[in-house]
Amino acid sequence: MNQDKSLKNNYYQSLTRKLIFTVIIVSFAPMILVSGVIFQQYRESYKEKVYAHLGVLIKKHQRKIDSFLNEKMNDIRFLSKISSFEELSDETFLRKRLAVLQQEYSMVFEDLGVINHEAIQVAYAGPFDLTNALYLGADWYKKAIDTQYFVSDVFLGLRGLPHFIVAVRQIHEGKPWILRATIDFAAFNNLVTNIRIGRTGFAFILNREGELQTQPLIDIMPCKEACMDFIRKEGKTPGEIQIVERKDAYQKKNIFVSAFLKNGEWMLVYQQHVDDALADLNRVQNFAIIIFTIGGLAIIAMAILLSKRMVSRIATADHEKEIMSQQVIETGKLATVGELAAGIAHEINNPVAIMVEEAGWIQDLLEEEEFQKTENLDELERALKQINTQGKRCKEITHKLLSFARKTDPRVQVIQVNELIEDAVGLSEQRAKYSKVVINTNLEKNLPFIQASQTEMQQVFLNLINNAFDAMESKGGGTIDITSRLEDNNIIINFADNGPGIHRYNLARIFDPFFTTKPVGKGTGLGLSICYGIIKKMGGEINVQSVIDMGTTFSIRIPKDQD
Amino acid sequence: MAIANVLLVDDEAPFVETMTKRLTKRDLSIIPAFSGEEALERLKEQKNIEVIILDVKMPGMNGIETLKEIKKRHPLIEVIMLTGHATVESAIEGMKWGAFDYLMKPCDIDHLIYKVSEAAAKKRQHEEKIVQARMKEITSRMI
Repeated sequence: MNQDKSLKNNYYQSLTRKLIFTVIIVSFAPMILVSGVIFQQYRESYKEKVYAHLGVLIKKHQRKIDSFLNEKMNDIRFLSKISSFEELSDETFLRKRLAVLQQEYSMVFEDLGVINHEAIQVAYAGPFDLTNALYLGADWYKKAIDTQYFVSDVFLGLRGLPHFIVAVRQIHEGKPWILRATIDFAAFNNLVTNIRIGRTGFAFILNREGELQTQPLIDIMPCKEACMDFIRKEGKTPGEIQIVERKDAYQKKNIFVSAFLKNGEWMLVYQQHVDDALADLNRVQNFAIIIFTIGGLAIIAMAILLSKRMVSRIATADHEKEIMSQQVIETGKLATVGELAAGIAHEINNPVAIMVEEAGWIQDLLEEEEFQKTENLDELERALKQINTQGKRCKEITHKLLSFARKTDPRVQVIQVNELIEDAVGLSEQRAKYSKVVINTNLEKNLPFIQASQTEMQQVFLNLINNAFDAMESKGGGTIDITSRLEDNNIIINFADNGPGIHRYNLARIFDPFFTTKPVGKGTGLGLSICYGIIKKMGGEINVQSVIDMGTTFSIRIPKDQD
Repeated sequence: MAIANVLLVDDEAPFVETMTKRLTKRDLSIIPAFSGEEALERLKEQKNIEVIILDVKMPGMNGIETLKEIKKRHPLIEVIMLTGHATVESAIEGMKWGAFDYLMKPCDIDHLIYKVSEAAAKKRQHEEKIVQARMKEITSRMI
């Protein structure tokens, strides 16, 4: 039994698990699929947007820086065109020019210098004392003397500070000379360092050797290898904006956007952490994950809750079904016994009838004169009477058996339960006197009428009252309390006696056919099973409660509205 | 003279025999029959039968069928149905088909005799009325 129970529990547990699993899979799969696809699409388009934005930004700055450099170059060129080598070699004049330039361009030009063909700075205007400085070994000089216009890389030079030079070569009396201007590094640097987006986005300029041409922010080190990659790739996509993603030295993913400046000599690079660039996207992603998690938890909770509830419903239904099938078996048993009983009753009836008739015949014969003198006449008559009595008993038993099988008068009428109870009590009064039993009735007035067979109901009531009498006779008296009341559309009738009670072991079998505790020959064991059958047929219930030495209560419940 | 001429029909031979003895002793003239078919035979032979005691449950032709047949052929003969409990319904059906009454086995002998004499009286009354009606017809014709 216990094993059976645990087996059943296992079954329900596995059923619960399966249900939970199915619900979760069915709910999650489409959710993950749909949200995943949507998020991926969103991510792609957002990234594209960010990249395009960065591309435009860098292009704008590329033009700005290029035009800045061109402008400065044009200024110097213009100066070198309108003034002669002699004029410019005069330091006072040069200083004046520088003042004009500085006034016009807000200190972008740091100094001016004129260098002759021997690489000697013949005139200088500016904060440093660089007159007659020799630039023969300087890298920039070598390049500047070869080309007409030249912009140098950033270098420290003689002054020991980072700066770069814009130089214009002119020819004077067959010999080249150079007008050069130093561009204020800070001013130039600002062009680039002003490009700041988010927390980590910044820009810098590299030359072809990968050397920094601008001062990067102290906290961020630009990633050299990535930049060199750009430079190497220059041949493939000249003049184009390039965007790539790379990991930096700290293993963080970065976006690099690059564009060439100064005819491909310098490169403007913009670097930003991917996380930072896509901060909005990440925020959306986090939000989505939170929603997803909450939703997922809710689904799981619901799945567990619903499955458990459903399984408990199923368990209840199973249980009910079991009880029902038990009842069906019980009813079937009763029906079979009923049929059997009817057959037996009928078969017994004929022989009994013959026996009684034969006894009657003997009695007839005894009345003849010749037998009147027999000494055993009294004894014979007694025996015949006994045969008659027992024959009648047989008749009674078969009668009961048959009414068990088929109701004597199953016609359904509208009846008032209280009237029938009173009738039954009235019929029992005579016996009550003999048995010293007091019958108390407490009947609720105005009980609704019910549809039932009058004789059947009387049979039930009389049976219960008679049983109570039988029980209390041994005790030498007692009381029977009969109550009726309406309760939730059911009529409840109780028959309570204070007899000796029924043993617990017998209580379970009390409605079984042929079960009797009465001495042999006294009871058929059919009374209560007939009652049971009648009440069940009406859709009602009959129950018994009993306490030893306290009494027994039979409780009948009849639904007010039967279908 | 006997109280009545009775045809007793039952498939249980011992029952019929004993009843015959007992009823004969009580001044009834009994003709026994052991099946529905035999009962119809006896009716053909014996014209003076007034009352039939007929068991409902018999093999072959059962009580109701026999009753229908008797009533068709001899509508004036009264029939008392005899039945076990199981066939009360069929006894009631028999009443509908024109049986005089029904009794349950085993029955009290005096009660049975009382019923038989009642039935016989009824039959005689019927016959008398028929005779009277005929006489009336004849006398009215004479006028």
